[in-house]
Amino acid sequence: MEITRTIKYEADRVKGFGREVMSVPGCEQLESCIQCGTCSGVCPMSIYMEYTPRQIMELTRSDFKKEVLTSNTIWLCVSCYACTTECPREIRITDIIYELKQRAIKEHQYPRGFPIPVLAQEFSQMVYKNGRVAELPLVMKLFLKTNPLAAMGNWRMGMDLMRTGRFTLASERIEAREDLQKMLDAIDAKQG
Amino acid sequence: MSAKQEEIRIGFYVCHCGHNIGKTVNCPEVAKFVATLPHVVHSVDYKYMCSDPGQELIRLDIQQHKLNRVVVASCSPLLHEHTFRGACAAAGLNPYYFQMVNIREHDSWVHADNPVEATEKAKALAQAAVERVAQHKALEVKRVPIHQDVLIVGGGIAGIHAALTIANSFENTPDSGKPPRKVYLVEREPSIGGHMAKFDKTFPTLDCAACILTPKMSEVGAHENIELMTYSEVAKMDGYVGNYTVTVRHKPRYIIADLCTGCQDCISHCVVQPEKSPKLMAANEFNEGLDKRRPVYIPFPQATPQIVLIDPMVCLNFRKGVLTDKCKKSCVTACGEKKAIDFTQKETTEELKVGTIIVATGFKAFDSRRKPEYGYGVYPNVYTALEVERLVNASGPTGGHVVLRDGRTKPKTIGIIHCVGSRDERTHKWCSRVCCMYSLKLAHLLHEHTGAEMYNFYIDIRTPGKGYEEFYGKLLEEGVNFIRGRVGEVTDWAMTPEEEGKLVIRVEDTLAGMVRRIPVDMVVLATGLEPQADAQEVRRIFNMSCGTEGFFLERHPKLAPVNTFTDGIFIAGACQGPRDIPDTVAQAGAAAAEAMALISRGFVEQEPNTAFILDAECSGCKSCIPLCPYTAILFDEARKKAYINEALCKGCGTCVASCPSGSIVQNLFEDDQVFSEIHGVLAYD
Amino acid sequence: MKYSYFPGCSLKGLGRAYEESLLPVMAHLGVEVQELPDWNCCGATAYMSVDEGRASVLAARNLAIAQRMGLSVMAPCSACYLVLNKTQHNLAEYPAMRQTVDRALGAVNLTLKGEVPVRHPLDVLTNDIGLEAIRQKVTHPLRLMGEVTEKAADGTLVRRTGVRPLKVVPYYGCQIVRPYATFDDKNDPTTMDRLIEALGAEVVTDYRLKTKCCGGSLTGTVPDAGLRLVYILLKEALKHGADCIVTVCPLCQYNLDAFHAQIASRYEPVRIPTVYFSQLMGLAFGLPARELGLHRGVVPMPALAGPEAVAAAQPAVA
Repeated sequence: MEITRTIKYEADRVKGFGREVMSVPGCEQLESCIQCGTCSGVCPMSIYMEYTPRQIMELTRSDFKKEVLTSNTIWLCVSCYACTTECPREIRITDIIYELKQRAIKEHQYPRGFPIPVLAQEFSQMVYKNGRVAELPLVMKLFLKTNPLAAMGNWRMGMDLMRTGRFTLASERIEAREDLQKMLDAIDAKQG
Repeated sequence: MSAKQEEIRIGFYVCHCGHNIGKTVNCPEVAKFVATLPHVVHSVDYKYMCSDPGQELIRLDIQQHKLNRVVVASCSPLLHEHTFRGACAAAGLNPYYFQMVNIREHDSWVHADNPVEATEKAKALAQAAVERVAQHKALEVKRVPIHQDVLIVGGGIAGIHAALTIANSFENTPDSGKPPRKVYLVEREPSIGGHMAKFDKTFPTLDCAACILTPKMSEVGAHENIELMTYSEVAKMDGYVGNYTVTVRHKPRYIIADLCTGCQDCISHCVVQPEKSPKLMAANEFNEGLDKRRPVYIPFPQATPQIVLIDPMVCLNFRKGVLTDKCKKSCVTACGEKKAIDFTQKETTEELKVGTIIVATGFKAFDSRRKPEYGYGVYPNVYTALEVERLVNASGPTGGHVVLRDGRTKPKTIGIIHCVGSRDERTHKWCSRVCCMYSLKLAHLLHEHTGAEMYNFYIDIRTPGKGYEEFYGKLLEEGVNFIRGRVGEVTDWAMTPEEEGKLVIRVEDTLAGMVRRIPVDMVVLATGLEPQADAQEVRRIFNMSCGTEGFFLERHPKLAPVNTFTDGIFIAGACQGPRDIPDTVAQAGAAAAEAMALISRGFVEQEPNTAFILDAECSGCKSCIPLCPYTAILFDEARKKAYINEALCKGCGTCVASCPSGSIVQNLFEDDQVFSEIHGVLAYD
Repeated sequence: MKYSYFPGCSLKGLGRAYEESLLPVMAHLGVEVQELPDWNCCGATAYMSVDEGRASVLAARNLAIAQRMGLSVMAPCSACYLVLNKTQHNLAEYPAMRQTVDRALGAVNLTLKGEVPVRHPLDVLTNDIGLEAIRQKVTHPLRLMGEVTEKAADGTLVRRTGVRPLKVVPYYGCQIVRPYATFDDKNDPTTMDRLIEALGAEVVTDYRLKTKCCGGSLTGTVPDAGLRLVYILLKEALKHGADCIVTVCPLCQYNLDAFHAQIASRYEPVRIPTVYFSQLMGLAFGLPARELGLHRGVVPMPALAGPEAVAAAQPAVA
């Protein structure tokens, strides 16, 4: 039986992280969280998360940046907004989790090959390049990067989609690709 | 008496108020400056003017220096104008020869970063006051008599307790020659008792609510000093402290109250019988709609007064409230010789004259339908706390047997959800204070009645009163499952065979750190307390304010919790904010004491800063009359002149400013006085 | 009535049956829809996970194009609907974001002033067109040949083959009712329920999971979690004896329709067809099934009883 010792010191906190997240417009209400647990109670994914949404809120507020950004919680959130709808303090939990996702990606703090952040990045790159997403090419790319064998496991679905004419590997591109890229780059031009 | 004939001798005092003023304003410098002003014969600074030595200083100086005007530069007049006026009066000087200057809230506190300019400002303000006070006249305080009778609005435990306290203080001797003193208790329901009459047991003692309440109710009903007006409402209130005229509307019971003996034969003989015509029955309001009542009914067995009433919306002798006279009226036959039923009865109104009013109109329970997530009204076996109170009560719709809506099944597991409607930005931000305690109580009672497994889902367990934490301890020992997790949803969707046919509560057990699904047979919603639906209308009638949450506003949350901003009108109980029975009774006693203090003194003193009309100059144009917010100005048709009722005048100054011929003057704010003050400020360079 | 139409990437891909059925249905109702020229992907949930500023720009470009057309936008895909609405809310509430987005739009000479109404087809159908107008266009009320239970003259229950209304589970999913419940109630939405009834079908009114998440993209990335969410929805629909599930979102439809093999092997078979509400509308209007993309369902819809069959059989329900 393995015994581990878990204690958190003040040095484990990244002081100011919570404040930083709460200073993002839309995330201010986190300050008034009373840890009631409604969010975790209604979240369909809380039973799969290593920290429940309530715990992530507390960890964020208490500056435990590493624990938050490396958790699988933020990636398992499906943005169903059930938590935001029920929170008695009107905290926009889903949007805070989006903020945390963005930070995790910026700082490369997620497990290697974990499909969800990889999917998000592949998605964004495809949109940046083409202006639209072609679902099947995107999924193929995702499988290749994370779990090639899984692609094989889905052969029957592939057949079904081909049979019903929903299987296209062609990409979708818009005319104004350059314009779109110009617009997206303009965000980085100034601290935006 | 004008002081213009004699020499004006002003005494000036500037207060350091410890560091509050002294840290920013250079008080000795101010005193030194003021000493140079005309008519100032004595000018000093002092640490704490409001203290006993400070006041003594004023008193001695008035005598020693023969001062006939006093100015104190210190804090807000709201705080100590009264104190210093008192010091002047104690030395024999008319208190209205006093003027106060605020150099704290208006100067040192707002210019803390600028002491030099702050001192200059203080000098300017002081000069203004000194020039003004020279123009002051001696004024006399008026005494307004207080009518001896009291009106109490609301017959719940607060109203009942206040009524008894006051009524017991009245000694009405028949041969005193004076009219008997009365307490009028007006209650809009057909019986007094309020919400407390519906409870089964009260926390933390588990006293039977009816057992402790009904003796008080009977006492009220029988008390010779209390005139009980049930099924009545206050329609209008006019007047001012000590002299209120209240119009009360009496709704028709269609029963002649004096003739009804409460035998209830009419009820048992009514043509609408539950077995024969259940659809013609009405939902029994007292039992929270859990059962039905006949059109002629008494609200509950211990109702006070013991008089029945007829509901014209349901009675077959009416159609939608209008008398058709089509019913065979077996009730009238059953009533027999007493002849107490009168279908032609109409609403009546009555005017009461009282000196003080206590408003104790109570609360309303939060409507669970506003939280559809909990399934009230969707799933049958979701109950509100008040419904459960009736369910466990021996005189309730099921005789105290706790069964589900099918009328038969006994629940084996029960979940109580705390904070329904409370502590929620979307419904009510406040904590309703009593729900944790009553949830514990209901957990105990339900377990006692059914042996069911109890679950309480809470955010915090709030036990603020005497014996309350110990009560929580008792519940822990009874094996109630306390789960710290606010419930987001109640559903009947089953995930496992054990959940089939049950209501499932999915919640995060935050203390154990896991998400759980708990199937229960019955869900109880601990609904919060909110203001009555018509709180805004009621507050307008009594000239009161409401706070942001909608409860009646007290004059000061700490120091005047039962007073309102209107003199002579008091509030008590849950209408002021959510509270339990001990606090309600305490407030009712407090309000009664405040009312009795006014009554026993017999008068209130009125500030003399009222306006008066110079007869000779009034042209009779009537411009002032509609402008007065207190309807204090009247018109003498004979002389064609307006005149002001000093007792109603609040000194707002509107008429003074509006009079085209300048014939209205306000005491303490005469033109000379105001212009001198302006001159004083501007003159300072 | 004219609207600009924002299909979103999915309606051109896996969700093409939604577009294939919605456009003819709108035309049949006399509603003009004009596709946004050269629209770009809305970003859905994925782009928001990467960069909020850029995600807002994606949405804003489409809104700017729509504003230029001077029409309200109809956005059938739930994710697009949510993203466009959310972006507008954020732009209105956060001036700093507004500035950033305006700057980005300005870089390509686009402007977005004020707000552009973004409507869901259910909203348009219920509030602009009206259920009465829809009812009048129904020539083929949705009926099935099947087993019906009736009360005979002597009071006994009799089972026979007859015609009965199609029994439909209305599945709204999350993103059209949360977090912005603009045209329907967020706890118990009923616009689709009423629409289905207007088409002559029977709605399962106590489907408690009607707004529960299908798992979104988790079915592909974390199937342990995603597939279970889908399994629960399908199983409950079958428990209510439904003939099909009707949905508003292409991702929901894909999840409910395309994973039956995996769900059967992980849990148990829970086979039931899932279609778009526009497909049911098309069928009720008598439009040919092939033209409504019904052949694209992995689990096929049963053939409905046409008017002749209804006339021939003794209808159980008038």
